[in-house]
Amino acid sequence: MSNIYAVTGNEAVANALRQINPDVCAAYPITPQTDLMQRFASFVSDGLVDTEMILVESEHSAMSACVGASAAGGRAVTATSGPGLALMWEILFVASGMRLPILMPVVNRSLSAPLNIHGDHSDAMGARDSGWVQLWSENAQEAYDNTVQALLIAEHMDIRLPIMVCLDGFIISHSIERVEYLDDDIVKNFVGTYKPQNPLLDIQHPKSIGPLILPDLYTEYKRTQHEAMSKVKNIVLKTADDFAKISGRKYSLFETYRLDDAEIGIVILNSAAGTTKDVIDIYREKGIKVGLLKPRLFRPFPYEEIRETLQHLKALCVLDRCDSFGAFGPLYTEIASSLYLSENKPIMINKIYGLGGRDYMPEHAKIVIEELIEIANTGKVKLFKDYLGVRE
Amino acid sequence: MSEMLEVRWHGRGGQGTVTAAKVFADACLSGGRYVQAFPEYGPERAGAPLKAYNRISSQELRMHCPVLNPKIIIVADPTLLDSINVTEGAPDDAIFIINSSKDPSIIRAKLNVSKKQKVFVLDATKIAIDSFGRPMPNSPLVGALARVSGAVSLETILEDVKKSFGKKFAKKIIDGNLEAAKRGFEEVKEG
Repeated sequence: MSNIYAVTGNEAVANALRQINPDVCAAYPITPQTDLMQRFASFVSDGLVDTEMILVESEHSAMSACVGASAAGGRAVTATSGPGLALMWEILFVASGMRLPILMPVVNRSLSAPLNIHGDHSDAMGARDSGWVQLWSENAQEAYDNTVQALLIAEHMDIRLPIMVCLDGFIISHSIERVEYLDDDIVKNFVGTYKPQNPLLDIQHPKSIGPLILPDLYTEYKRTQHEAMSKVKNIVLKTADDFAKISGRKYSLFETYRLDDAEIGIVILNSAAGTTKDVIDIYREKGIKVGLLKPRLFRPFPYEEIRETLQHLKALCVLDRCDSFGAFGPLYTEIASSLYLSENKPIMINKIYGLGGRDYMPEHAKIVIEELIEIANTGKVKLFKDYLGVRE
Repeated sequence: MSEMLEVRWHGRGGQGTVTAAKVFADACLSGGRYVQAFPEYGPERAGAPLKAYNRISSQELRMHCPVLNPKIIIVADPTLLDSINVTEGAPDDAIFIINSSKDPSIIRAKLNVSKKQKVFVLDATKIAIDSFGRPMPNSPLVGALARVSGAVSLETILEDVKKSFGKKFAKKIIDGNLEAAKRGFEEVKEG
């Protein structure tokens, strides 16, 4: 009981950052930043962490300062949201290209215009090809747990890549729910001491990081980033095993819910997965064999494991809280790629939902399940990509 | 309490309605329960109507969306009864807790609820002014909600009011809010 609190997602993640006690945190102290960073800045001011807090003039500069701090040999963190992540975009690639294990919680919000800062995955999906590892979180507990696990993945000597921990804006970030914290000592020991690789501050061994590279070597360099990414899955699983030992909470590459014997399925990220699980229970009571897959590790994407898990289904709907205008949603295209090599694969449809904070209600999950039942029975699809709950 | 309790709060920006939902959620953590407290997110303007929600359950709360059919509906500002439909989505056995100086029977008639639905009334604004000199009805309402829902004891609520106000406010304000919560618990009347 002593470690259980009613807190917002922002409070939970800020508390994880306090427990991690990073060397440097750089942040732009105004909207689109959330109170996650405000709370962490309070911990710095109150002397609860040893972190050097750098307040900069933009999110672009926040990420630049993290790159500098990390290259110098420090453990660097920041946090961002929506348009803030968009403004960081150029430097995201610098962080991953320089193989700097920076940790960044991302409170997922929409992008303008029209101006909107509500829950939406457009921000992190826009950064999916930036070379960062991405963990996604259903609720405040998962956001906290993922933040505690993130650095072990990012800083692993086989990986050395930056990592984002994604949580839904407002729905999780600003809502209060029950969260169980680990003791400070346990997190401290779990995260361990940072061992910098070739730090710039090692002035006995002068070096350059991120210099010009010409076409004769750029491809080889980029390939090494892919190689590092290909090792992430195993480290994520190992870290999850170790985390289960200290917390009792189990994580994997993705979560499945009532999927083993399912005939129809839903793939959905983050907070909407919880609402969907409740509706799945209602349909299971009626004898409808429906299940769910909720990705946790989105970059790198676990294609083989997801193929094995979904290929037995008759019909499948992938829901995206993000649009790629004139194309399928980003989650749908990954699931379709996963299943392409299967001989028997489900009929797949894509629904765009919840843009700009539009509520995802149980009613929406019911609409999807009813349509999947119809597709499984008839084999016919009306629209492969459609908008859920849109007013015509 | 085995099943889920869902609560909807109607208030106006700046009245402490969201804080009240948070205090109630925090108090309900006891006994290993799962809790949620969240506002309906929109432009945050003082005086504008707002909604906030609670879910309390012994099972893990997976649902992350607004409450559609709240068992308990609380109206923190009596003027809202003239401007919005606070009975929307109320189930047959819904319970209303209304902040009003009027007689419970008058409020019951105004809400036009069915026989099975219960209406409780307390003058939370007056209690607040008496107790700490400001028209902030949230503490008396949290006390009334504890009484009506039976979800949590008065003692636990008082501890939580103390905890949530403790860091920000002077002792006089905290004691006033404790008095207000206690009076809300005691003075709420069924109509």
